[in-house]
Amino acid sequence: MFWDRVIETLERAALARLQLERLQTTAARVAARVPFYQRQLAARHVTPDHIRSLDDLRRLPFTTNADLRANYPEGLLAVDRRDVARLHTSSGTTGKPKALFFSRRDLDAAAELVARCFVMTGATADDVLQNMMTYGLFTGALMLHYGAEKVGLMVIPAGPGNSDRQLMLMQDFGTTIIHVTPSYALYFADLLEKRGLRPCRDLTLRKAYVGAEPYTEETRHKIEQGLGVDVYNCYGLSEMNGPGVAFECGQKHGLHVWEDNFLLEIIDPETSEPVSDGQPGELVLTTLNREAMPLLRYRTRDITALIPEPCPCGRTHRRIQRITGRADDMLIVRGVNVYPQQIERVLMGIPAVGRNYLITLDGLDDMSVQVELAESGFDGQVEHLVNLQNQIIERLRAETLVKPKVELVPPGALPVSEGKAKRVVDRRRL
Amino acid sequence: MNKVKLIAVFAENKPGQTARITGLLATAGVNVRWVTIASTGPFGVMKFLVDRPDAAFATLKQNGVAVSFLDVLAVEVTDRPGALHAVADCLAQNRLNLDNASGFVANRRAVLVIELHELERAQTLLQQAGLRVLTQAELLSL
Repeated sequence: MFWDRVIETLERAALARLQLERLQTTAARVAARVPFYQRQLAARHVTPDHIRSLDDLRRLPFTTNADLRANYPEGLLAVDRRDVARLHTSSGTTGKPKALFFSRRDLDAAAELVARCFVMTGATADDVLQNMMTYGLFTGALMLHYGAEKVGLMVIPAGPGNSDRQLMLMQDFGTTIIHVTPSYALYFADLLEKRGLRPCRDLTLRKAYVGAEPYTEETRHKIEQGLGVDVYNCYGLSEMNGPGVAFECGQKHGLHVWEDNFLLEIIDPETSEPVSDGQPGELVLTTLNREAMPLLRYRTRDITALIPEPCPCGRTHRRIQRITGRADDMLIVRGVNVYPQQIERVLMGIPAVGRNYLITLDGLDDMSVQVELAESGFDGQVEHLVNLQNQIIERLRAETLVKPKVELVPPGALPVSEGKAKRVVDRRRL
Repeated sequence: MNKVKLIAVFAENKPGQTARITGLLATAGVNVRWVTIASTGPFGVMKFLVDRPDAAFATLKQNGVAVSFLDVLAVEVTDRPGALHAVADCLAQNRLNLDNASGFVANRRAVLVIELHELERAQTLLQQAGLRVLTQAELLSL
C-alpha cells in the first residue's frame, strides 16, 4: 500500500532531477535570506549558481549542532516571523536548546511524510494510534500526530508515562498502534507481565512504531514478544522534522529515507569524506522541501550505513541500516571505542537478562555494567547467577575488547525512564 | 518423593532488601518457618521454608521479585555426636556433591536441609542408610 505511489516509486533518474531542482532552490533561498549561510558560502567562494549537479552538494558547507546553538534563537530563520506556524526545540544536555521553525507549508510537508510511513506499514483509517511520546516542544509526538490524522487514524494523544492510564486507554478504546520509545516499550511489556496480562488475549495491539532512541534488533524482538506486536523502526530528529524522516516498510529491513525531502550523505565523521556504499559512517542530511528553516548538510552525529540494493517493496527511496550509535555517544574506555549499543546487543541476546541496564564509567577508566535479571532468569541456584555473570563479562569483553565489571541486580532495581533512557553514567575524572 | 519446596529470592545486597521481602510475606499472611540468607558480593539469595509456598511465590512474583521454587531434602538426624557425619558420609560414599546445607533444631528434633543435584537418588541412598527424609507436611508440623 502506498500513500503517494508516484513519488514513493519515482524512478531514480527522475528523483535525482527533482532533488537537484530542490537543492538549487534551497541554496538560493538560504543565500538570499540567512546571514549565517551567506557568510559560509562567501568563505567558500560558492554561489547558488555553482550547484549544477548533485555532486556539487559537496561544495556546500556543513551545518553542525554548534551552528544551531550559536544562531539561537532565530539566526537561521529564512522567512518572516509572521510566516512561522510553529516552534519546536531540540534539547541538548548542556546549554541552550536548538530552535526549529516550521511554516504552515513545512508542517504539511512533514505530515505528508508521516502519512507515507503509516501507510507503508499497513496502517489504515481503521487503526487507533496511542501516541506515547512527549507532546510539547519535542517534535516526537506532534509531528507524528498530524500525519496519523491525515491518514484518518483515530489518535489518542496519551503522551508518555502514567502506565495505568495507558493500559486503560488501550483496553477501552482498542488501540492497535503505539508510538513509543524502546525503553518505555520494554518497561510497559514488563508491567503487562507483572499484571499477568497477555497482550494477544487482553489487548488489541498490532504494531509499535519505536524510535527516538537507538536500539538493537534484539531489543526489537523483546518488544515484539512482550507486547505481541510488529515493531517498525522509526527514525527522525527534530532538526529534520522529527519522526518520519526514515521508516521501515513491511520488510522490516532498513529504513527508507524520503529522498525527495532529504538529500542523504554518509561520511566518515573524522575526515568528513564520503564512505563507500554500505560502509558505516555519519548520516548527513540536507532539507530539500523546507521554507522556514532550510538546513544544508546537517551533521546528525548518527552512525548508520546505506543499503544500496533496491527494496522488494517497490519504493525507490533508498534505505539506511538501523542507527548503530551516535557519534556523540561513543565512549572511549582504555583507549578503545565503545558504543553503548554494542553492550545492549550483547545483553539483549542473553535470555536470562531482563530489560534494563546501566553502564557506569568510574575511577581511572573502569567500566561496570549493572544488569537486571529477567524475572524468569532465576532458578534459586547461586551458582547459576555466578555463571551468568561470568558469561556476560566474557561476551562483553569479546564484543567491546574491554573487560567490564558486571553486577547482576534484581528486576526493577534500576531506575526506569518513561522518556528517553539514560544508559550511561560517566564519573571519570580524566 | 519426599522433597521439600523452598522459596528462593534473588535480592541486592543492600539495606532494606530483606525487609521488603519479609514485608510482602507478612502482608500475605505467610508464616516463615526457617530462613537462610547468603550473599556473594553484590547480590544475595534468601531461602525460606514457609507454610504456604504457592501463596508466597504468587505474592512475590506479583510484586516483581525474582523468585523461584527450590527443591531440597530435609533429613532428620538424631541430636547427638556423629549424626551429621552419618549423612555426610552416606553422600560421600556415593559421590554425591552437597551444594548447600544448613541445620536447625525444633522441639528437640534436629533437621538438616540439604541442596544437591540428584535429589531422588540421594533420598533413596539416605533412606537405605537408615535416615529419615521428611516430607513437606512432616517438616512443617515439627
